[in-house]
Amino acid sequence: MTVSNNPPVISVRDLVVGFGAATVLNGASIEVFEGEVLGFVGGSGAGKSVLMRAIIGLLPKRKGTVEVFGSDLDTLNGRQRRAIEQRWGVLFQQGALFSSLNALQNVQFPMREYLRLSPRLMDEIALAKLEMVGLRADVRSKYPAELSGGMIKRVALARALALDPDIVFLDEPTSGLDPIGAADFDELIRTLQQTLGLSVFMVTHDLDSLHAVCDRIAVLSEGRVIATGPIETMLASKHPWLRSYFGGKRGRQVQRPTEKAMQH
Amino acid sequence: MSAAPLAATAEGDHVALAISGAWTVERAAELERLIERTSRRHARARSVDIDLSGLDRLDTFGAWLIERLKRSFVIRGAAANVTGLSETDCALMAELQTANQAPAKERAAPNAILLGLNSVGRGMTEVGTSLLMVVHMFGALVLAALGTIAHPRRLRFTSIVHHMEKVGWRAVPIITLSTFMIGAILAQQGLVRFHAFGADMYVVDMVAVLVLREVGALIVCVMVAGRSGSSYTAEIGSMKMREEIDALRTMGLDPVEVLVLPRIIALVLSVPMLTFLGSMAALYGAGLVCWLYGGMAPAVFLERLREAIWLPTFAVGMIKAPFMALIIGLVACSEGFEVDGSAASLGLKTTASVVKSIFLIIAIDGVFAMFFASIGI
Repeated sequence: MTVSNNPPVISVRDLVVGFGAATVLNGASIEVFEGEVLGFVGGSGAGKSVLMRAIIGLLPKRKGTVEVFGSDLDTLNGRQRRAIEQRWGVLFQQGALFSSLNALQNVQFPMREYLRLSPRLMDEIALAKLEMVGLRADVRSKYPAELSGGMIKRVALARALALDPDIVFLDEPTSGLDPIGAADFDELIRTLQQTLGLSVFMVTHDLDSLHAVCDRIAVLSEGRVIATGPIETMLASKHPWLRSYFGGKRGRQVQRPTEKAMQH
Repeated sequence: MSAAPLAATAEGDHVALAISGAWTVERAAELERLIERTSRRHARARSVDIDLSGLDRLDTFGAWLIERLKRSFVIRGAAANVTGLSETDCALMAELQTANQAPAKERAAPNAILLGLNSVGRGMTEVGTSLLMVVHMFGALVLAALGTIAHPRRLRFTSIVHHMEKVGWRAVPIITLSTFMIGAILAQQGLVRFHAFGADMYVVDMVAVLVLREVGALIVCVMVAGRSGSSYTAEIGSMKMREEIDALRTMGLDPVEVLVLPRIIALVLSVPMLTFLGSMAALYGAGLVCWLYGGMAPAVFLERLREAIWLPTFAVGMIKAPFMALIIGLVACSEGFEVDGSAASLGLKTTASVVKSIFLIIAIDGVFAMFFASIGI
């Protein structure tokens, strides 16, 4: 892996985020390098989504710095900030599609807001994006209420990719999908990441995803990032939480296929 | 590099296109015009070479535009050949080669007259279906009520009290204030007009009959429809959106019994009380204006009031209140159940709930007026 030689696209230092008296993140630091898929794990309620939301500016932070593409988000004015927001796409856990727009309009929404394109080009690009995420053209006129959970995630991914972003944030992309759907989605993320040269920040619980698509894994525990590295480093770690996470009953099941693959 | 993003050299019916620079989202609009122009200008080319070796950056937008350029030649029967594609862009171009293969459906421009007729027709049938919906909800409500009469322990007493607090008790300040002002305004207008005839005394008659028979109940019901009817629709509608109603059904509970019955009972009990309070506040406002503005002593006002009204005047207003409450509740709840998945439909149904219940309140008030007139009260 040569990605760590690439410049970091996101670099978070000593981030402190809290709600009222509770401190959720206490000095979390993390870097995402250009062109890598970073998997972000941690126990339920450890603050994975909080970190993601703090990076994209949905939650206020108490201390620390967040740099995206080398510029500190706190020092930017409104216009510069919007320019950065156009270079990232976010896939929310529940999809967060606009319920009053159909699939095609959802994908076109960011284009309509930010670009001056002809209706024909917007239709073509949005359809191409829907096809890229593996949907058939006939979903275009369906409304979110008429789509299945997996289709909602795919449309939401197409919307996140609408402006050809450099970074994509994925909040538990495979949660709520059956194992086959989840594996398909993993593969899709991998393919898109390679085709479009994306950097991916992926919050996940899915051990299969961690094995299948992540170049590096970061572990959040007690408000800090306690370990980062490729999956092999995680599996070899002596840290008790990591051992129970990756070495538990569910962890071992995933380990086996990789061991087999190594023997080949 | 300052070369044009798309340079064309034509030799006979062969065209060589050199693509260079950044073909990305920022320039997509400009590039689209460029490929359209190029493809039109070389419409008669029989073979086309597209050279991508000068390409700096490429994203989905650029890749699609190159693909579209190529297809525009291929569709006219020309041979198109793409060269100089870098390894990194290869996957992206390949991805877009399969995109948009299905021919785009022409969006037929709809006929304006037909559209107008269509919406009129839909509007008319909707009037029918919405009335049917209210009747349907009334039937379901009666069934649920009969069920709870047979098994009184199924009646949700806590829920009724909770909703009475929300629609009754919490509405008292705003409703008494508004009806107080209505009473005061009526009295003031009456005093100005009646003074010309020297008939100041009859202001009391007018205000008392108007408030007790008509305005008290109407104003209160319109406010309740806006305040509580809308919140019933929104509550039930968002429960429907989040599948909470389906959850109730699967647990073997009747949503009408659990959600609608307590709400409507609370309304039917609260609205007469609010009507009573509202009428009293309106009379108080009228009395205050007569005293301070018209110089009529309170004792005189009360004396005149006693002569102007008799018990049926009061009863006519009060009898209407529970029926109007029932209408508000039925419309609000049935609209709530009509909400589908989208946020827009929630807004639409909430609006419809308020508009329909206010209209039906006025309509039912007219029916009552005819009825009381014919029996001579």
